[in-house]
Formats: sequence, C-alpha cells, structure tokens
Amino acid sequence: MVNRTSYQTVFLFRFFLKRERVKLLIWILSFLIMTLSVAIAFTGLYQNEQERAAMAETMQNPAMAALVGQGYGLDNYTDGAMLAHQMLLMTAVVVAIMNIILVVNLTRGDEEEGMLEMIRALPIGRLAPTHAVVLVIGCTNIALAGVIAAGLSLLNIASIDVLGSLLYGSVLGATGLFFASVTLLFAQLANNTRASLMLSFIVLGIAYFVRAIGDAGNNTISWFSPLGLVLGAEVFVNNYWWPILFTLFLSGCLYAVALYLNFTRDMGVGFLPSRIGKQHASRWLQSPLGLALRLQRLPLICWVIGMFVIGASYGSVLGDLDTFFQQNEVLKQMLASDQDEAITEQFLSMLMVIMAIIATVPVVMTLMKVKSEEKKQRIEHLLARAVSRTKLLGSYVVIAFGTSVVMLLVAVSGLASTGLAVLAIDTTFATLVQAMLVYLPALWVMIGLSVLLVGVAPKVTALSWFYILFTFVVVYLGQLLDFPTWMASLSPFAHIPELPMEMLRYKPLIVLTMLAVGLTFIGFLTMNKRDVNR
Amino acid sequence: MTIMKVSNLRKDFGAFTALDGVDIEVKQGEVYGFIGPNGAGKSTTIRILLGLLQATSGEVKIFGKNAWTDAVAIHKRLAYVPGDVNLWPNLTGGEVIDIFLRMRGKTIDREKRDALIKKFDFDPTKKCRTYSKGNRQKVALIAAFAADADLYILDEPTSGLDPLMERVFQSCVEEAKQAGASIFLSSHILSEVEQLCDRVGIIRQGKIIETGTLAELRYLTSTQLMVETKQLLTNLATYPGIHDIDQEGNVSRFKVDSDQLDAVMQHVSSFGITKLESMPPTLEDLFIRHYEKTGDDGGER
Ligand SMILES: Nc1ncnc2c1ncn2[C@@H]1O[C@H](COP(=O)(O)OP(=O)(O)OP(=O)(O)O)[C@@H](O)[C@H]1O
Ligand SMILES: [Mg+2]
Repeated sequence: MVNRTSYQTVFLFRFFLKRERVKLLIWILSFLIMTLSVAIAFTGLYQNEQERAAMAETMQNPAMAALVGQGYGLDNYTDGAMLAHQMLLMTAVVVAIMNIILVVNLTRGDEEEGMLEMIRALPIGRLAPTHAVVLVIGCTNIALAGVIAAGLSLLNIASIDVLGSLLYGSVLGATGLFFASVTLLFAQLANNTRASLMLSFIVLGIAYFVRAIGDAGNNTISWFSPLGLVLGAEVFVNNYWWPILFTLFLSGCLYAVALYLNFTRDMGVGFLPSRIGKQHASRWLQSPLGLALRLQRLPLICWVIGMFVIGASYGSVLGDLDTFFQQNEVLKQMLASDQDEAITEQFLSMLMVIMAIIATVPVVMTLMKVKSEEKKQRIEHLLARAVSRTKLLGSYVVIAFGTSVVMLLVAVSGLASTGLAVLAIDTTFATLVQAMLVYLPALWVMIGLSVLLVGVAPKVTALSWFYILFTFVVVYLGQLLDFPTWMASLSPFAHIPELPMEMLRYKPLIVLTMLAVGLTFIGFLTMNKRDVNR
Repeated sequence: MTIMKVSNLRKDFGAFTALDGVDIEVKQGEVYGFIGPNGAGKSTTIRILLGLLQATSGEVKIFGKNAWTDAVAIHKRLAYVPGDVNLWPNLTGGEVIDIFLRMRGKTIDREKRDALIKKFDFDPTKKCRTYSKGNRQKVALIAAFAADADLYILDEPTSGLDPLMERVFQSCVEEAKQAGASIFLSSHILSEVEQLCDRVGIIRQGKIIETGTLAELRYLTSTQLMVETKQLLTNLATYPGIHDIDQEGNVSRFKVDSDQLDAVMQHVSSFGITKLESMPPTLEDLFIRHYEKTGDDGGER
C-alpha cells in the first residue's frame, strides 16, 4: 500500500508534465540557444589573450560587478571565465523567473481556478499535487542543467571543459530549485495567486540587489544572497561545488517547511491574515478608472518601491566607479569611442536604458490585466453596464501611461539619491531626470503594442513579454557582443538618444511617440470591433 | 410595446454555428422564459444581446436601438445577471454591489440596495474570495434588482440559490414586473420558468423550436401521473393523449397530455383513487413530444 498522503503522485506528475510540456520545452530550448550562442560569439569576438585581457579591464569595475556579478579569474580571462562572469548571473535570474511563474501557476493558480478542488476530490493523496509539482520542477531544472552542461561541453572550447560545463548547468539548476522552493513556501503563506507571485519576485529582487551592493563593494555581503552564493562556485575558474550543495540543502529545508504548511493549511486560504472588508465602495472606486487602479494597487506600490531601490542601488556604485576610472588608463582607451567623453557618462547612459527596460514590466503588466480580467469574465460586469469598451480600455491605458512616468521618475530619484553626491562628473538632478525621461516614448511604444495585442489578438498578449525580453537581450548583450544593427533597431529603446552621453535629438522621440499613438489607436479600434470572449 | 426584438439571429464560432436563425420578441411588462438544454445557445444569445459578441447576421434591437452599436445607451436602462458570476477576490461584496450600480451611470438608491441585501440575507462585508456560488449570485442579483431597470436579462440566475432564496428571487421578479419592467430569463428547468413567465421560447441546438404562452404550449407538455386505484384500472389505452403506460396491479404510471387531463382523470376516478402523484413535465418530455409531433428525430447536428 502506498503512503496515503502521496498516493497517485506519479499519475499527477505525468498529467502536469503533459499539460506543461510545450511551455517547458520552449523555456529549456531558449536557455540552451542563448547560452550556446553567446559562448560561440565570445570565442569569435575575442580571439586572442590581449583582447580578452582588455575586455577583463573593462569588466573589472564596481558598476559592472553590480550589474553582472563579480568577475573571477579576471587575470586569466578565458572564454569560460568570460561566459560565467557575463552570462551566468543574468541567465540564473531568468531561470529563477521561470521557476517562480511555473510553480505559482501549478500551485496557487490551479487552486484559485478550482482545478485543485477537482483533483483533490479524486482518490489522490493530500500532498500528492504538491509532490507532483515538485517532481515536475525538479525534472525541469535537472533537464535544464543537463542540457546546458552537455551543450557547452560539446562546443569543444578549450576553457569550457566538461566539469566546468556541468557546474555551469548545476548553478542554473540549483538557482531554479531554490527559487521554486521559495515560491512553494509563499504559495502556502500568501492567500492568493498574485500575492504569492509578487512575494517571490520581491525575494528575487532582494537577492539580486543584495548581491549587487556586495559585489560592488563589500564582498562578504554577497554571500547572504542566494544569487551571490551560487556565483561563488567560480565556474570555469575554480569550480567549487560546495555553494551548489549548500543551495540545494537550503532549498530542501524550504521545501520541507512549505510541505508542512501545505499539509496543515485549508484549501484556498493562506497564513497571512485577511481583513474584514468595507460595506460600501468609496467614491473613487466607483469609476472604471478607480476600479482598475484599485485592482492593481498593491503590485504598483511594490513596483514604485522596487524601482526606487533599483535606482538607489545603481546610484550607490557610481562613486566607486568614478574613482576607479580615474586610475585606469587602459580602460579609458578601450571604451570611449570619443576620447573626451567621460566614461562615467557612458555607464550612466547604460544604467538609464536598463532601468527604463525594467520599468516597462509594470507598465505592460497594467495592460495585461485587461486580458486577465476578460479571461476571468469580469470585464463583462462593466461592459454589460453603461461602460463603453473605449472607456474600459482607456482607463487601463491611462494607468499604464501614468505608471510609465512615475516609474521612470522614481527610478531616477533613487539613482540621484545615492549617486548624485558621489558622481565626479558635473551633473545636475535635472540632467539625470532628462536622461531618464527621454525613454518615455519607448515605453509608450510598449504600451501601444500591448493595447494593439489586447485589441487584435488577446490570446497572444504574452508576446509583449517576449518583446521586452528581446529588447533586454539585445540591449544587454548588444553591449557585449556585436549584434547586427538591424536587430537592435527592432527595439524602440535602441532609437532613444542615450543621454547624457549623446546629444538630445527630438526626431526619434517624436517618431516613436507617433508610432505609440498609432498602435494604441488601432488597438482601440479593434477592441471595439471584436467579440469579448471568455 | 416591444422592448426587445431579435430577428433571424445567427452566430458562428469559426465553423461551428452556435445560433441559427433565432427570433425573439419581448414586450413591455412581460416575463419571457428562454429555455434550452446545456449548450443550446442561451448564453451566446444573451452575450449578443449585451453587445459582448457581434452577431454574424440578423438584427438585435433593444429599446429600438442596435444592441452592438448602441450598447452603452441600452445598458443604462438594463440590468444583467450572468450565469457564472466571477468577482474580484480582493473586493468585498458590498463594494462590488456599489461598483455595479454606479457603472450604470446613475446614483445608488441606498435604501433599495440595503433592503435587498437584507432580503437576500447577504453579508456584504466579506471579501468576494470567500463567497460561495450562491452568494456570488446574490451579489449580481442585488446589484440588478437595486438598479431600477426597464429590462432585466437574467442568465440562469437561480442555479446556485437555495429554495428559500429562490422564493425571494421570484418575488423580486414579480415586483419588477409590477413596476412595468420586462424580464428575459434563461433557464434549463421548465418548472422554474413556468411559475414566472408569461411567454417562453424554447431553444435547442441554436434554433428556437417553440415559442408562445405556456397555455399555447400546453399541448406539448404532458404530466406524469402515478395512481393507485381500488379496482384494477382498465381501458386506459383507449384514451387519446396517453403515453408510456406501465401498470403493476393496482398501481399505474402513465403520461397524459395536458389537454386530455380532464377526461382521463374522470375515467380514472371512477375506479376509486387511493393515491395520486403527479410530476410536472420536464424539458426532456417537452422535447420528446415536440419531435413526436414534428416527426424530427432531434438527433445531434
Ligand atoms: N467562444 C466560443 N467559441 C466556440 N464555441 C463557443 C463559444 N462560446 C460558446 N460556444 C459554443 O456555443 C454553444 C452554445 O453555448 P452557450 O454557452 O450559449 O450554451 P447555453 O445554452 O448557455 O448552455 P448552458 O445551459 O450550459 O449555460 C455551445 O456548444 C458552446 O460550446
Ligand atoms: Mg449558459
């Protein structure tokens, strides 16, 4: 006789795997393709030791460490060391994001949609669904680690050896498992899907920025971040395995706690308290705009705080950066295409574009809410009353627009709060604000695209996320690799003048704004013409 | 006066035809029952009435206006209760009721709202996440009946209500009718609409197969009877309009058409009735009778 609580785990495992197989396959293949293509590109880009050493010089500064993680083996910057330094952290973060989304969907998501209720009514053990989810996630991460390890070792690059490749994959897998456990825990603690999603992302954000601050200055701090911990494996340089084992141990502990909570928890509730509510709707809640705002209040507040913290973290390394550059002649020659331009400005510009891309996430999120409201058949409540589709969609667009402005302002304020005082170059707050706000038209294009998708193809609104990811990859890797220009120019962010490094040009801003308006307009037009589906 | 007129309505979802030439007419002050089995196209029709779906062809007029192009104007005078009430988990029932009322573009009649909340025995301070199906349906019903509309469109509004609440619901419908409003009520339970509706339309596989007052449709309906008589019941089969006779000693079970009920009962009572049970006709009976009458087999499309 099988253990009661886990009865039918295998059956559920197969069921989940079948349901998610396409998604999982796409994720794993994307990771594989990205990792391998970068590894190949590196060998092509830097063919000799001098070039690599020069690259090491540019990477060896606090700002870069904050962004991509501390470098190991910079004195012998092999292709492997370069790959681990410049790609591993970013890939690990995306792996964590994948795990968080997968776990939330499979646990609280199913629970909230009533799927779990049906499953639990079958002769299936109490913990079987949770065990099955963990098995799926476990297999996914192991497969990911294995595929990446195999792919990298098959490239036959001298410095990318089998053992290192295995560790590289394991770092990704272990990070994935850790964040899967964190999410599983929050799926028990929080009392709804979105809260558990948000709390997990907050942990990921904290992990990233604790590591950033540590990597930029005091390296001890980095060990307290799970991301800092896994990077401590020093892949392709020293190949330490203990950080992986320790991370797996921590994940196991978190999993045990989550399992215990899952066992004692009632279905559909969490451990964090929910308050008694109001009997009447406040005045501002009684308009479509107020309602839409209220539905996203909590995530938006979290994002405002998050953007400030991101800005402040980046700002805090700017001072270190400047002193560093003063002492580094080689670097000056390497980086600056125009010798007289301050390198700090170039980094400042890069920070701006990265923060702008991060800020598109909450902006697009507000528009994705329309789609999820439609899917849950809740926009019908409004549309069946005296609310037109234009007004309904319009209120979300207004929020997205407001969010775009607020997020950029908050981010640059965060940057200024820690960075302005320590910046050696002559910069005013107004210059920084201007350098940040020039990205607004690019954000608006993302708004326009999302509105267009909501109107034309509500089933594939997720394309917006892929576009953001694409933009990020192009901008992030575009700095490291020689991407063809046409590829970068597919992203609106590439057309924005990079202040303060470049001069302000109005033409691209106007063109992008017009494009945004046009896309939005078509979105509204089609929204008014299509069926509201379930 | 005609409040709502649907003519030759057709709706295709890709290759699948959900509605095929539907005609409906609802007059002022009338309760119209829209009956059909699962998947017949009731909700689809209602979603077209509300301008959520666009008709493939045909015309839908409510208050003389086009349901697709003039949706907002129509909705100012209309109240709707969906079949599946999905609410925002983070808002309370009270908040949602207020939102629903305000979204009609009018001020809230607090007195009426609070009276209905009491009548439906509903706790508006809880988060919607915690409400049962019946309670979620109450939110939609309270918001609808507190709205003072000219047309109520109700999609299986009582599927989650207990019998007590169903009674409250029926009294709300009566009140609205007294006030001169029209009600369009969809259901798959014949007996439920029977008590409330002036006229019914019966839809099956996207086609209206019968429409008229219940009295007009009587010939279609048959009552299931179970009688126990002192003497052995004979000669039943000689009466017209009797079907499915099943006799076991003194106990007889059979179905009899409504228009033949009187004659049959007189015959039966002459044998001395000791026990009598009658079951109202079900939708299924109605379909069977319909297809017997028209000679159609009623099979799947
Ligand atoms: N968006 C859609 N795409 C494809 N088919 C659909 C869509 N919506 C409804 N249908 C189909 O149209 C038919 C009518 O569905 P509808 O929801 O109107 O039935 P109903 O009469 O309300 O049934 P129920 O009593 O179960 O509520 C069904 O066969 C359904 O599968
Ligand atoms: Mg229905």
